[in-house]
Amino acid sequence: MYTINDRSRDIGEFIPAEDDDMLICRCEEITKGEIRRAVHDGMFTLTEIRRYLRTGMGLCQGQTCSRLVKGIVAKELGISPAELEPATARVPMRPIEMNILAAEETEAI
Amino acid sequence: MSDCADVIIAGGGIIGCACAYYLAKRGCSVIVLESSDHIGNGGSSRNGGGVRQSGRDPRELPLAMYGIKNLWPSLSDELEVDCEYHQDGNLRLGKTEEHINILRGLTTRAKACGLEVEMIDAEAVQSINPYLSKEVAGASWCPTDGHANPLTTTLGYYKTARKLGVRFITGEPVTELRKIRGKVRRVVTSNGNIYEGETIIVAAGLFSRPILNSIGIDIPMQKVMLEALVTEARAHMFDQMLGTAEADFYGHQTKHGSFVFGGTLGLEGFTRDNGTPVTNSLAASSTCRGIIKYFPMLADAKIVRTWAGWMDLCADKVPVISPVDEAPGLIAACGFSGHGFGIAPAVGYNLAQLVTEGRTDVNLHDLRYNRFCAKA
Repeated sequence: MYTINDRSRDIGEFIPAEDDDMLICRCEEITKGEIRRAVHDGMFTLTEIRRYLRTGMGLCQGQTCSRLVKGIVAKELGISPAELEPATARVPMRPIEMNILAAEETEAI
Repeated sequence: MSDCADVIIAGGGIIGCACAYYLAKRGCSVIVLESSDHIGNGGSSRNGGGVRQSGRDPRELPLAMYGIKNLWPSLSDELEVDCEYHQDGNLRLGKTEEHINILRGLTTRAKACGLEVEMIDAEAVQSINPYLSKEVAGASWCPTDGHANPLTTTLGYYKTARKLGVRFITGEPVTELRKIRGKVRRVVTSNGNIYEGETIIVAAGLFSRPILNSIGIDIPMQKVMLEALVTEARAHMFDQMLGTAEADFYGHQTKHGSFVFGGTLGLEGFTRDNGTPVTNSLAASSTCRGIIKYFPMLADAKIVRTWAGWMDLCADKVPVISPVDEAPGLIAACGFSGHGFGIAPAVGYNLAQLVTEGRTDVNLHDLRYNRFCAKA
């Protein structure tokens, strides 16, 4: 299940690009440049990128940006996007108010 | 690249990453072996972010106090990430006479250890946090407690340690320790790789037990699932860390504006083992009921995410942070029992001292590995 991944391997220097200011995660307002820099800081998996930058942690939970983030990270690492595992999807799939969650049946059935 | 280093660390959570960082700063070569695909994938990324002294066992309280005094205030600058550290106090809330009695007991014990903590009445609670339910009858108040962001702090330690030359390898689960001429030197992984070091630190959370078992050392701990949730972002309300006498929830508002709350379901320790920590369908609802009792105005706040994690619960609920007499060269740092995040910087700093100087600023004797014994 787990793949050996040496975090000291050479992925080259961070090279600034013209489109680094482009917003990729719209919910949390994270740019392409921030994502690329995070890879050079050692964040080699989509889960680490997410925890480090908050990409995909906003209201849409990554439903908009996760494919884009994956492509950017893969390119930076010089690997195929297919080699990157998506970050774990978490319940609830849509935001739910606390009072709705709280109102479930508490008596034993 | 060499598979030899001064120190080999089994476990790439916040304890392993903090040890690696402080060791590298002292000039040691370090290799960190993490079993999962991600750095900090266990409790380090799944806890509620408390940086607390109040409510702690007197045996680990000195570590908490040391970290809050010496390490946390400058951690964001040092790690070049925003650890979102807030030192705005901890309120432990009570509604009933019974709750207040629990809080009084905790306060008296913490005071005896030299911690600045006091009982405050309903009015004082409202003046600190006016958003709380008027039903709150009192609280314990520790003004030097706080909270931080576990994700950026853990990855910050990783990032800076890596920058200092620490070699991190993920997807490399340690399965076995081996002695060479009476000294623990070799670390074997399930991929069949062997790493060698002068000192071996086992900080692999729950997985520390089978690793230590490979050389005949056993620490009584078991896995218990804990769950947490996060709301949508809201306008800034308060900066304190909160808990309750009943422990029905704990949490804080983050810099982002969302509220991170953890809570208990009442079935901890008996939930189904899915291999990975999967949230229980009853838990978020239970935590929401706990929150609404204290924060009626958050009833319409939307939950965007819930998650679960294993804690490595030690038999006496405090960690083992200790060299192992029978195995020279080996240090165990595990069994943090769900409250390791806040003390992690102090643990890393003191273990780096232990490795390089043979001494520590904080006396770790009460956390030794061989303290467990059967009843008389």
